[in-house]
Amino acid sequence: MNRLAAAIDLNTPGNYLHWGVIQISLANLVVIVLMIVVFLLALFLPFPGRRRDK
Amino acid sequence: MTATPIEPTAESGGWTGALRRRLVRTLPPDKLLPDRQPSYVSSWIYVFGVLTIAALGWVLISGTWLALAGPVWWHTSAVGHFVNSMHLWGVELFFFFMVIHLWGKFFMAAWRGRRALTWITGAVAFLGSIGTAFTGYLVQTNFDSQWISTQAKDGLNSVGVGAWFNVLNTGQMLLWHVLLLPLVLGVLVVAHVLLVRRHGVVPPFGAESDEKVSGDDVD
Amino acid sequence: MTSTKPRPEVVAPAETGWTGPTRSYDLVKEFVIATLVIGLLVIGMAVLLGSPDDQAISLQGWANADPNGFVATTVTELDGTSTSAGYGPPYNTAGTGQQLGPLHLAQAGGVRAPVDPANDFVLTPLRSVTGDPGLAAALTTYTSASADQQAKWSTAYDTALSNATANDPAKVKPGDYGPVPVLASSLLRLARSGGLDGALTRQSGFYGTDYTKPLLFLADGQYLASRADDQHLSGDQWGMMNETGNYPGQAWLWLYTFWYQVPPFTHTGNADAWIWALMAVLSLLLVLVPFIPGLRDLPRLVGVHRLIWRDYYRSAARTKK
Repeated sequence: MNRLAAAIDLNTPGNYLHWGVIQISLANLVVIVLMIVVFLLALFLPFPGRRRDK
Repeated sequence: MTATPIEPTAESGGWTGALRRRLVRTLPPDKLLPDRQPSYVSSWIYVFGVLTIAALGWVLISGTWLALAGPVWWHTSAVGHFVNSMHLWGVELFFFFMVIHLWGKFFMAAWRGRRALTWITGAVAFLGSIGTAFTGYLVQTNFDSQWISTQAKDGLNSVGVGAWFNVLNTGQMLLWHVLLLPLVLGVLVVAHVLLVRRHGVVPPFGAESDEKVSGDDVD
Repeated sequence: MTSTKPRPEVVAPAETGWTGPTRSYDLVKEFVIATLVIGLLVIGMAVLLGSPDDQAISLQGWANADPNGFVATTVTELDGTSTSAGYGPPYNTAGTGQQLGPLHLAQAGGVRAPVDPANDFVLTPLRSVTGDPGLAAALTTYTSASADQQAKWSTAYDTALSNATANDPAKVKPGDYGPVPVLASSLLRLARSGGLDGALTRQSGFYGTDYTKPLLFLADGQYLASRADDQHLSGDQWGMMNETGNYPGQAWLWLYTFWYQVPPFTHTGNADAWIWALMAVLSLLLVLVPFIPGLRDLPRLVGVHRLIWRDYYRSAARTKK
C-alpha cells in the first residue's frame, strides 16, 4: 500500500495495564493523565495581561 | 429634488422587520463581537472553549477533504492516509479540549445567571459529538469498523433503536456521519456560542449582583 | 435559594452584562491564534503518529484463514443455533430481544432489517453457483426435505463437527447428515474464491452499500472475535475504549464500558438494555445539572473557582479595605 510511514509506528501490539477490574491501554492512560495535567496547569499558571482599564 | 425617506416605525417591515428587531435586540453587534471582557476573565481555563472550536474546525476541514475523494480513498493513497490521520488527531484534540472545557465550566457553575441553556446546549453537543464520532468509526471501512459495528449493534438493538439506525448499513452510517449529525452538531455549537455572546461569561461566585440580566432570559 | 443575596438588576436584553471592571480583548485574534495552534498540532501529530488502518476481514479472508471455523459457522446458520439465526428483532422473529423489566423495546422496534440466515447466508448464494451437479443435487435434496428433516441433518452434523478433532470436517465420524456436508463445503469453496462476499452484498441489487448480511455472518463465527481479542477490543477487555495497536481510542466511553465489567450487569442477558437505560439517565442528569439541587451546589462547595477567580477575589478584597 502506498503509505508514507509515520515517524513513530503505533501499529505495534498495544500495551495494557491491569488494576483489578480496570484494564486500560497505555495510550488512553497517557491521554487522560495529560488532560489532568493540562487542566491543573490551566488552573495554576498565572494569566498575563492584567491591564485593567474600565 | 430628493424623495423624502419613509421613517420606520416600531411596527414597520412585517415579519422581516419584526425578526430583525428581535435579533438586534437580543444580540446587538457589540455583544456579538465585543472588544472588551470582564476583568475576572483572567485564567488559562478560559481558552479551552475556543481551542475546542478550533479543533472542530480542523475536523471539518480534514473531513471535507476525505469526503471529496470518497470513503475508501485513504486506504490506497498516501495523501489520503495523511488526511485521515489529521482527522483522527483533530477528533482526539477536540474531545481533549472539550472535556477540560466541561470540567472548567462545571467548577465555575457556569449555568448561573440565567445561563442554563448555555450549559444544556454544551452538554447536548458533547453527547452529540460522541454519537458523531461513533458513526465516523463505523465508516472507516476497515477491521475496526467491522468490529465496532457488530458489537455496537447489540446495545442499539436491545432498546429498539437498531431497527431504525442500522450500524451494519455502511451507506446509511456514512450519510449520518457526513451530513446529518454534523448539521445537528453545527446548530448546537452555533447556538452555544451565541448564547455565550448573549449572556457573557459567568461572573464569579459572589459577584452576581454586579451583572444586569434580562427579563426574557431563559433560566 | 437564599433571599439575602443581592439579586442582579433586570433590564432590557441589549443592556445586559457585567457592570464591573473590564479590559480590552481581541476575540477574533484569539480565534485565529487558536486555529493556527491547533492546525500545527493536528498536522504535527498526523506526521509523527499517523493513524491505524487494519484491513477489513473479507469472507474470503475468513474462509482461508479459518476454514474449519467457517464450516462450523455455516452449519449453525442451517440448524438455527447461530447468533443471527436466534437473534430476534430487528433481523427476525426467532428471538424476543432484550427487555428492560416489563419493557420490550427491542420488539417495539420491530423487524426492520430482515435477515434469514439459512437462506440469505447459505442457500441463496449456493443457488448462484453453476456447473456443479453435486451441489445442485444437494440443494434439491435439502430444500425439498421437511423442516424437521433439515433440522435433524444439520444438528447432527453440527454436533459431529464439534466433536471432531480441531472441528475438521475431514475427521467427522460417519453419520446421517444428509446433504449438509456438501452444502457446507460448497459454501467454503465459494467463499475461498471470493464469490460469497459479492453474493451477500448484492442481494439488495447491483449497488450494495448495506453490509448487514456479510457482517452478521462474519460475526457469527469465532475468527472476527478472536482477532478483536488479540487487539484488546473485546467487551470484557474494556474494548469499547480501545483502538488497534498502540493508538489512543475513545477514552470518553470509559463509563459506558465500565458497567459491562461489574455485577449485576455481568450476570444478565439484558445487560445491553440496562446499561443503555442507565447511561441515558446519567446523560440526562449531565444535561440538567443546573436544575439538580445538590449536584449544582457542588462547584461552590469544592472551591476550584477560588483558583480560577483568584485575581478577582484578591482585588475585590483590596477595594473593600
